[in-house]
Amino acid sequence: MKENIIWLLFFLSTAVFAQNPDPNWILSKVDQNITARNRVSEAEMVIHGRHVARTVRSISWIKGTETAFTEYLAPPREKGTKMLKQKDNLWTYFPRTDRTVLIAGHLLHQSIMGSDLSYSDLMEDPKLQNLYNAEILGEETLIDRRCWILELVAKEKEVSYYKRKIWVDKERFIVLKENRYALSGRLIKTTDVQKIEKIDGRWVPIKIIFKDQLKSGKGTEFNLISIKFNDNIPDYVFSKANLKK
Amino acid sequence: MIHFLFKGLIRDPSRSLLPLLTVIAGVMLTVIMYSWIQGTETDMISSNANFNTGHVKIMSRAYAEEAALIPNDLALLNVGHLLKTLKDEYPQMVWTPRIRFRGILDIPDENGETKYQGPAAGLAVDFLSSENIETNILNLHKALVRGRLPRSSNEILVGDQFARALNLEVGQKATLISSTMYGSQTTENYIVVGTIRFGVSAMDRGAIIIDITGIQPVLDMSDASGEILGFYSDFIYRDKQLALLKNEFNKRFSDPEDDFSPVMLSLRDQMGLAQTLKMVDYFSTILISIFVIVMAIVLWNAGLMGSLRRYGEIGVRLAIGEEKGHLYRSMIVESVLIGSVGSIIGSAIGVAFAYYLQVHGIDISAMLKNASMLISDVVRARVTPMSYFIGFLPGLVATILGTSISGIGIYKRQTSELFKELEG
Repeated sequence: MKENIIWLLFFLSTAVFAQNPDPNWILSKVDQNITARNRVSEAEMVIHGRHVARTVRSISWIKGTETAFTEYLAPPREKGTKMLKQKDNLWTYFPRTDRTVLIAGHLLHQSIMGSDLSYSDLMEDPKLQNLYNAEILGEETLIDRRCWILELVAKEKEVSYYKRKIWVDKERFIVLKENRYALSGRLIKTTDVQKIEKIDGRWVPIKIIFKDQLKSGKGTEFNLISIKFNDNIPDYVFSKANLKK
Repeated sequence: MIHFLFKGLIRDPSRSLLPLLTVIAGVMLTVIMYSWIQGTETDMISSNANFNTGHVKIMSRAYAEEAALIPNDLALLNVGHLLKTLKDEYPQMVWTPRIRFRGILDIPDENGETKYQGPAAGLAVDFLSSENIETNILNLHKALVRGRLPRSSNEILVGDQFARALNLEVGQKATLISSTMYGSQTTENYIVVGTIRFGVSAMDRGAIIIDITGIQPVLDMSDASGEILGFYSDFIYRDKQLALLKNEFNKRFSDPEDDFSPVMLSLRDQMGLAQTLKMVDYFSTILISIFVIVMAIVLWNAGLMGSLRRYGEIGVRLAIGEEKGHLYRSMIVESVLIGSVGSIIGSAIGVAFAYYLQVHGIDISAMLKNASMLISDVVRARVTPMSYFIGFLPGLVATILGTSISGIGIYKRQTSELFKELEG
């Protein structure tokens, strides 16, 4: 009888493990999927305001996880605005005033081009494993894909979002939905992936809806127009001198 | 008789000096206290009206709902036409458009890169046009600490406290980074021509003041403004008339179905001021009542004491045949004289001191470092017509009442007992 109970417990534990792998392993797979040596992408953001919707188009050069350069191509008011991220520093060049402004402190909380994304969203380490401890909450199907629901709790309090809930595709290891919460537990931002495509052998979200829950409106629609992985990007692209060019 | 009693009071200070001093002190304190409370309330109303609410404010219905967030995307459009209508329909008022905005003020170094920056709370007002009333409303000449007032739309004033935090000098360039009414990021370079101090901590912390024509193109708000403030042309706040004006305007011009139609709010409707003013009214009435009652008791007691101290004198006057009624009346007339003279002198001193506090005030800025309410750093008294009369309540009425009650004792004294008392 005692032996039977031990065997039953053994089977139950292996069955549970088979269903729910180590959440940190899932996070590492997600991180692997989103990082590349470098990438060049063109995208547009459709920002829904109360009067009108604006479409902001940009091209970005990204090296690893810490260096990025973005140039805005449209509309005319934003055209020529450039952003450079180097580790913890972010500069923006505004052609209208011919000024290079350091985005720090209060400015980090400002929205990017009036969208539902803030500068602090750009500045966070994209590798979730570095910032959060994970726990599996359950499973759910989203856009016909089976997902794990993971709850992430920050290792340190000094992050933009203390808690996140992410829905991770069980096969492709990409995040299909995300809710971001403040330390108080208040829902701050949501992300919904609506379309995915396989590009250069990777699954890439190409249509995402970002919604700042503290703002009214329909949110910001992000559409990826093109992306190229591991291209040759010259170093001068990521220099401050390139901002004013 | 009055002349005779008055002479008696002057020639015998032991009968009149102490009661008179007590009445003067009590009346003076009552007048100062009353004027002080009136000043605090008036200061609160005018600070809020001038800097934020106007006597009335017109916004779009949607803007009004989220006014604390300064939602310029919901600003009033066709403001030129609306202003003309307001001037034609309500000639008793003056109207001025304002745009509030938030942003970052960035100070460049010699290479044009960020040297210092801080969050700014901007206020764009019309002070360059011929219809400028804002220089007086915001008291800009008096608020100016360094430099001069702007003469063109690319010049700005910065809060002196804010300027010092940014090491900003007059004449320096500053870049404003903000959002247009459609949500785009926008920047503009301005010249700082002066620094200001309003004496209102909530305003002074991150204030920048700019002419409305200098911000409208930057925020894509041509012929638009967040709010239109209305003031009675004599700048006197009239609570009841404003409530009627508001109802009439909203009935004619505001459509509850249309988020972008204009809606008028009175000062009391904004920033929870109705509740605050009700509380101030309530507490000031209680405070003044308690004070007046306490002073009345003190002065009543002084009246009682006066009659008791004169127990012997009253006895002698009765013994030599003075009528009880005559004696009682003469004591009341004496108390009227002391009360009147004391109330007049006390009120005069109290009003003079209150007037001094009205002009000079007392600086309480140290207590308001973190205040977010629009309360002036300098607390002032306010002399109102009531200030001239409020002291007479405890000064005259209480003194007469005290003497009248203690004087009843005259009728209880028996002539047969008087000599025995006097012998004793």
